[in-house]
Amino acid sequence: MFRIDFNKLRFLVCDDNPHMRRILRTLLHSFGAREVYESEDGATALEMYSHYVPDIVITDWSMPIFDGLELAQMIRQPESKGNPYAPIIMLTGHSEKRRVTVARDAGVTEFLAKPISAKGLYQRILNVVANPRPFIKTKTYFGPDRRRNTTNTYIGPERRIGGEVEVLQQPSLLDKARSTI
Amino acid sequence: MAKSKSAPVQISTFADHHVITQPNPLRNVLRRVAERDLDDPVARAEKALAGLSGEFKNWMAIEADRLSDAHAAILRDGFTEVTREELFRAAHDIKGDAATFGFPSAGAAAESLCRIIEHAPDLDEVPSNLIAHHINAIQAIVRERTKLDTAATAGELSKQLRGIADAFLAHANRDRPEHLEAVLAPSIAPAE
Repeated sequence: MFRIDFNKLRFLVCDDNPHMRRILRTLLHSFGAREVYESEDGATALEMYSHYVPDIVITDWSMPIFDGLELAQMIRQPESKGNPYAPIIMLTGHSEKRRVTVARDAGVTEFLAKPISAKGLYQRILNVVANPRPFIKTKTYFGPDRRRNTTNTYIGPERRIGGEVEVLQQPSLLDKARSTI
Repeated sequence: MAKSKSAPVQISTFADHHVITQPNPLRNVLRRVAERDLDDPVARAEKALAGLSGEFKNWMAIEADRLSDAHAAILRDGFTEVTREELFRAAHDIKGDAATFGFPSAGAAAESLCRIIEHAPDLDEVPSNLIAHHINAIQAIVRERTKLDTAATAGELSKQLRGIADAFLAHANRDRPEHLEAVLAPSIAPAE
């Protein structure tokens, strides 16, 4: 059996609603987390993201200044000095399929529709910790692999084009990000 | 913060995409434990949440008052970008929070109001009573919760409002297929 050492994780919570921030803080602390940083808008969250280098970001969608979707897009900049790989859990009252697709395409790692539950939040955190997905970079997308199931027989219009595989070894972007702190 | 040993990112390059794989940077926060030593963090968190529940009614009243204030601003100034945004944000927060606070019917009514704000072609053309009834319903559900027979009434009230709002939106968007599809699409969230 596996257990998450929450006391080794640093969280950034971004929600403009103080009651929801209080609930999230209560849940994360009771899971065992000690480092929970909070922001009430996307702009402050981005600053805190650069400053505190959280392991996991939990963000609302609708917020003033810029929203959770824009926050995700700004974190997922492959050339940025910060860490573009941090898991982003979007916790939102939006629950339409179209919204989930838009969030996914912005580089969100996990989507959790409100109302929040301890179980739902724990499962999303467990998933990003234990089962990280590779990142995909295309001309129009940088973020976690949007396909959770792999099938080699898929021939639809959105299939990826294969070809000769060239494997490049590069210094870790995460290390690069850490060295700038 | 979770620290991991330095390891290179592996990039596999294909014709139209790169696959970037890095060793799991959070792997050192996973610890194998014997089953007898495994506690239940979810139960612990639910207990902590229950400890907060004494504040929920007050929080819900604050959220409902914020919604009423946003509506009052619209009655005073009309629909502007600012007043529309505040009404939507207040309703949207209730949609997300109310079930956690023990007011699922208020959340359902707030969701119906969010759909009107999001999908009505022209908010000035929405019957003013339709918006006012949603807000009055949410206030009533929040204020009258202490009465034992109100849960069923609150559920029925939200259901009726949603039905009227959906009929209005379906008619108003009959020539806007994109909105009509969104109005008719089922939610991914489980029903109340």
